[in-house]
Amino acid sequence: MNLTQEHTLDWRTAARNGLLGGTIILYFGAIGMVSTFSVRNMVGTFLNLGQILSIMGAIAAGLITGRTFLKADQRAKVIQMGALSGLLAGLPPLILIIMGTLVPNSTMFVNINAELVEILTFGLGALVGSLALIVVSGLMGVLGAAFVLLGEKYRKALINALLWVLLLGLFSENAGTVLQKFLGTSAVRWLFQNKSLNPIAAIIIFALTFAFSLFGVGNKGKTKIQSLPSEKQKQLRLIYIVLGLVFALALPWMVGTFLSQVLFIVGLYVMMGMGLNIVVGFAGLLDLGYVAFFAFGAYTMGVLTSPGGFTGGILNFWLALPIAILVGVTFGIILGFPVLNMRGDYLAIVTLGFGEIIRVLAYSNWLAPIIGGAQGVLGIPTPSLFGFRLGKPEYMYYLVLLGSLVAAFIAARLRDSRLGRQWMAMREDEDVAETMGINLVQTKLLAFAIGAGFSAASGAIFASRLQNIFPNSFGILVSINVLSLIIVGGLGSLPGVVVGAAILVGMPELLREFAEYRLLMYGLLLIVMMLAKPEGFWPEETRKRELHAKEDWDNNDADAEVVGAAD
Amino acid sequence: MPMLELNNVHAYYGHIHALQGISLTVDQGEIVTLIGANGAGKTTTLRTITGLLKPRHGSVILEGEDLAPYKAHQIVARGVSMVPEGRGIFAKLTVAENLDMGAYLRNDKSGIQESLERVYRLFPRLKERHNQVAGTLSGGEQQMLAMGRALMAHPRLLLLDEPSMGLAPVLVEAIFDTIQEINQQGTTVLLVEQNALMALSIAHRGYVLQTGQIVLSDVAANLKENEMVQKAYLGME
Repeated sequence: MNLTQEHTLDWRTAARNGLLGGTIILYFGAIGMVSTFSVRNMVGTFLNLGQILSIMGAIAAGLITGRTFLKADQRAKVIQMGALSGLLAGLPPLILIIMGTLVPNSTMFVNINAELVEILTFGLGALVGSLALIVVSGLMGVLGAAFVLLGEKYRKALINALLWVLLLGLFSENAGTVLQKFLGTSAVRWLFQNKSLNPIAAIIIFALTFAFSLFGVGNKGKTKIQSLPSEKQKQLRLIYIVLGLVFALALPWMVGTFLSQVLFIVGLYVMMGMGLNIVVGFAGLLDLGYVAFFAFGAYTMGVLTSPGGFTGGILNFWLALPIAILVGVTFGIILGFPVLNMRGDYLAIVTLGFGEIIRVLAYSNWLAPIIGGAQGVLGIPTPSLFGFRLGKPEYMYYLVLLGSLVAAFIAARLRDSRLGRQWMAMREDEDVAETMGINLVQTKLLAFAIGAGFSAASGAIFASRLQNIFPNSFGILVSINVLSLIIVGGLGSLPGVVVGAAILVGMPELLREFAEYRLLMYGLLLIVMMLAKPEGFWPEETRKRELHAKEDWDNNDADAEVVGAAD
Repeated sequence: MPMLELNNVHAYYGHIHALQGISLTVDQGEIVTLIGANGAGKTTTLRTITGLLKPRHGSVILEGEDLAPYKAHQIVARGVSMVPEGRGIFAKLTVAENLDMGAYLRNDKSGIQESLERVYRLFPRLKERHNQVAGTLSGGEQQMLAMGRALMAHPRLLLLDEPSMGLAPVLVEAIFDTIQEINQQGTTVLLVEQNALMALSIAHRGYVLQTGQIVLSDVAANLKENEMVQKAYLGME
């Protein structure tokens, strides 16, 4: 009897997936996510984010069921099992409709109310609406399952097109502000009505993006570039870099003040991410107290430049910045010493404690005369350049852009250097690295110090933008945020840091009205990432190899067996 | 002057007295083997030589220089390379990257290239697989890689910890042939083995370790004939 056949694949698998998907939606509804999300219209007034959320369970269940059956070579059953999953995913949310109809003002489940029923039943009334919900769920299950039957080319194109429509719908207000400058007011007014995407426009955009990614250059262009001589490739890369730079420079003026502020915050996190990426991604030292160095940078900047502060503001931003970085580096080394002999979990716990100690110290009365305790440091001046005050987010954006570029450049050069290889060897195996002649003490301390320096620089800029800093800006959540963003982007990957920051820092800023579910979404995203794409959105080469090593194994197994015979 | 000399070395793991006064010498150009049962202190002896473990008493002397003040990475720089037990390769890096790491302390590009060619000559298998992720190599190939990587540091003294562990008999023979070849090319070898028969058949001299002490030392051929060694380690009655 084969082990893998112990779980026979039949309708029960599909049913389980469906009920599970539906139960998650039941949960989302009960905690009020569906109602809150429904405020955002996506396409027209009839498709909002809440509805999309409420059918996600059915789509996901259909998709997973379809994939399971396809992998087991039961192609014929994919659609019908997907339908079953979808239909069953429609059942658990019925509980919400029943409860919302019978006890609409329950004190225990405040989120299960008439409003939620209205969303779930498409405004058709409880009875007809319930039926409609099940039918729609079944349909979504079929669509999810059908998706896996498509060829890879079509799947990619479909995802592309859907992403465009959904993102434009979701961020229609921001997109409208940006596009106004290029398309004119009337066009934008037509494109985005009622703070959502015009249905006709949605269809056009969908068709265009679908066709474009199906027939566009995509992979063909990539192989074409790779076939060019290396001289030409270098030139092309240079052109891309220049274009990217021009785009980055023009960005704040295209997107306006609010989005510039968002970009500024993303930039701060990119700087921190670049630093933590060295510590965790390159050197493999799990540091959970990274926020401490951000705090050192911010407080050093505050104390040295604030006229009302301890020093009376003896320095300006540009003179205080290197000192802030130096303080960060110094404390990076100071933290490094006690943890030199710690590995893995122990290191994580000690650094976690260190981060908290710094925050508590910032709160304490003991240091209050210098750094203000709970009152924080107030009135930190905005940096100016040759007498020109960088007062607007657009200007501060340039500062973090410069900072991020410098950080990325340093990180890239270090990665390809001797030190980078030391880190890599240490990450893989400390003992072996040592027998290779690598000085572990120096290597570890350098990782901590450089990582801390990036974070301190980010903190210093943060302080001069916010002008007032308080201890509670430096809680553990900042550390978690930075760590999550480099994991989501791809541990050890530099472009991954930018992608991760955009997704985990930028998106939540644009979705402020759903802030109460932010951590829940974080958790979900991390779990889904670990299951579906553990190497991150933009993975680094070694990491990709490691996570797909099993496939390598399977390919090489056959000829590895005959090694002995060959000698 | 011997290449390596251990004088009355005592080493501890916490309270456990692992090495109880080890004295041995390895001369230039020799293959010397340390044989003994599990827990006799063979690996511990190697660890005290490489500086991963510091002896509490006694001295480790490399070409007349006491190694006590040096740390593990500094001892590597003095020409001692170890192939750790269980191979200890960087599983996620490719074969070529692993070999590169071995030459980490060297700066001479042409010399490194020469060493690389030597390693590829000794282990053609590694050349074929230079772009493969090391973790996906077979056990024998991983052992070759670990030895190749140690050779990339161009050591004068090569320490091998149980190179035959977990390998098929054909492969063990191949590995031992290569050890001899490496030695003939001028590298002194200190070989720790549980497979006493194989070790004694290529070594010049041998030491027998028992619970942290050297109980016997002689030229390899004599050890092979020794009644006690035959009984305890060669499985002969």
